[in-house]
Amino acid sequence: MAAQANTAGTQKGFLQWAKSRKGQQVIIILAFMIIPLALLFTFTYLPFGEMVGYSFYQMKYVGKKTFVGWKNYASVFSRKDCFGALKLSLYYMGGSIVQLALALYLATILSFKVKGGNIFKGFMFFPYLINGIAIGFIFKFFYTRGFVFDTVLQWCGFQLDNLPYWLRDQRINNISLVGTSVWRYFGQNMVLFIGAIMSVDSELYEAAMLDGANRFAQFRYIILPSIKTIVTLNVILSITGSLSAFEPPYVITSGANGTGTYFVVMNEIAHTQQKVGLASAMAVVLLLIIFAATILQKLFFKYVFRNAEDEDFGASARRDKKLAKYAARKAGR
Amino acid sequence: MTALQKIGHYLVIFLKYLSLVFFSFVAVLPVVSCAITAFKSEEEYQNTNVMTLPQSWLNPDNFLQAFERANMGKAFINSTIILITVLVVSVLVGTSLAYVLNRFKFPGNGLIRNLFLFATLLPGVAMQVAVYGIMNSLNFINSLPGYIIMMCGTDVIAIYIYIQFFENISVSLDESAIIDGASYFTIYYKILLPLLKPAIVTACILKGVGTYNEYYCANLYLQNKKILPTVATSLYTFVGPLGSKYNLICAGVIISLLPALIVFILFQKQIYSGMTAGSVKG
Repeated sequence: MAAQANTAGTQKGFLQWAKSRKGQQVIIILAFMIIPLALLFTFTYLPFGEMVGYSFYQMKYVGKKTFVGWKNYASVFSRKDCFGALKLSLYYMGGSIVQLALALYLATILSFKVKGGNIFKGFMFFPYLINGIAIGFIFKFFYTRGFVFDTVLQWCGFQLDNLPYWLRDQRINNISLVGTSVWRYFGQNMVLFIGAIMSVDSELYEAAMLDGANRFAQFRYIILPSIKTIVTLNVILSITGSLSAFEPPYVITSGANGTGTYFVVMNEIAHTQQKVGLASAMAVVLLLIIFAATILQKLFFKYVFRNAEDEDFGASARRDKKLAKYAARKAGR
Repeated sequence: MTALQKIGHYLVIFLKYLSLVFFSFVAVLPVVSCAITAFKSEEEYQNTNVMTLPQSWLNPDNFLQAFERANMGKAFINSTIILITVLVVSVLVGTSLAYVLNRFKFPGNGLIRNLFLFATLLPGVAMQVAVYGIMNSLNFINSLPGYIIMMCGTDVIAIYIYIQFFENISVSLDESAIIDGASYFTIYYKILLPLLKPAIVTACILKGVGTYNEYYCANLYLQNKKILPTVATSLYTFVGPLGSKYNLICAGVIISLLPALIVFILFQKQIYSGMTAGSVKG
C-alpha cells in the first residue's frame, strides 16, 4: 500500500518536473541529441575503437581471429609497400603548395574589378563539383598516348616521340596525378581566398590608392596580412591532406606503376586481400602521424600568431607607459 | 602619366587577362575535350584526332547507349532517393543539434562540440576499414536504407554553419515566446527553423553536392550494381571490357556531371558563400 502511494508520488513528481521549465529543457536536450550522438558513435567512435582492436589480430571480416600482438605494426614498418608509400606524399605536398600559390594569385586578380570576372571564376571553380569517378575517366582519357594532352602539346610545337607516357613512366606519373588534384582544387581554394579578401574593409584600398600604393604594395601590405590566418590554415590542412592522399591514384591508375599512395595500398590490403588486421594497423599508424602533425602545426600556428599579438601588446604597453609618465609629470607639477 | 607608365599599365592589364584566360582554359579543357568526344560516332572516334570537332553537335547516340548500358535511369532514381532522404534527415538532425548546443548551457556541451570537431580529423578512407565491419554486422551491406543512414552521419561543417547562424539570432526572440507559453520544441520548429533558411540552403547545397558525388562508400556498401547503382557508381560499368570506348565513356561522364552543372549555374552565389562559411570554422 505504502509503496504504491510512493510510486504514485514519484510519478506525480516526475510529471510536475517534466512540465517545469527545467524539466522541459532536459527533455529537449536529450531528445535533440540522441540521434546525432548515436550516429556519431556508430560511424565514428565505435569503428575507431574497433579498428584499434583489429590491429592486434590476424583476421578477415568474417571467420576466426588470431591474436598476434604487435606483429601487424612490425609489418607496417618492414613491408616495402606500406611505409615506403608515404614518400609519395611529398609529391602531393609540393602540389598543394603550387595550388595554394596559384589560388592566391588568381584570387588577388579577381578581387579587383575584372571584366567577366564571374565567368572566369565559374570556369575555374567548376572542377571541384565533379565526382571522383568521372574525374578518373576524364584524366585517363586526357593523358592517353596521342589524346588530349599530347595533342595540345603538339600544337605548342612538341614532338609526340619526345613526350613520355604520362601515366606509365615512373619518372613523371606521380606528377601527372598531382596535377589532376591541383586542377580539381585550385578553383575552390581561390573562392575561399576571394571570400577572405572581400572581407577586408574597402576603405583601406581607397586610402592606399590615395597614398599612391601600387598593386604589389596593396597585396603585400593590405591583402596578405588580412588573409594570413586563412592561408596558414590551408597550408596546414594541405600537409595533413597530403599524408592521406588517396583519390587521384585510386581512380586514375589504381595505384599501378609506383603510384600507390599509403591509403591506396591500405585500401587494397583491406578490401581486396582482406587482411583487416594489417590494414587497421596501417590506419592507426597514419592517424597517429596525422595527430602528431596536427599538434605540431597547432603549436607552430600559436607561436606565429602569438608573436603578432605580442607586437600589438608591446605597442599598447608602450603607449600606456607614455600616458602614465605624462600623468605623473602632470601630477608632479 | 608618362609613356613608359602607360605601357606598364597596359602590360599589367594584358598579363592579368592572359593568366585568367590561360587558367580558365586549363580548367575547362579536360571537360570540353570529353564533351567533344561524346558527340562523335564510333567511326569518327576511330579515325579523327580527339581534339577534332565532331561532325554533328546533336548526335545523341553515345548518350543514349551510355545511359542504357550503365543503367543510369535506375541510378538517377536511386541517387534522387538518397539525396532527398539524406538532406531532409541531416537538416533536421543538424539544426536541432545546433539549437541545443547554442541555446542551452549544460555540462558536456563543450565536450560534445569537441567530439564532433575531433571526428573531422579522422580520414574517411581509413575509417571505412572498420566501418565495413560494423555495416556488415548491422546487415547494412547492399541495403539502400543502410547506406542512407551512414551518409546522414556526422556533418560537422553544416552544424557549424547552423551554430554560427544561431549566434546571430537574438535570444530575446526565444524569451518572448517563452513568456507567451511556447514550448522549446515550438520555438525551434515554428520560430527558429524558418529564420534559419539561408543557412539551410547553404548547408544543403554543400551536403547535396557531396552526397551526389560520393562514390567510395557507395561502391563499398552498394555492391549489387545491377539493382543499387548511384549516378557516381554507375560509371564503374565502363571499367573493364568497355574501358577503351571513350566515346561512350565520355558521354556517361557528361551525363553524370550535368546535374552538378545545372545546380552550379542556378546557385552560384550560395555555393561560393557556403564554401567560405564552411572554411572559416572547419
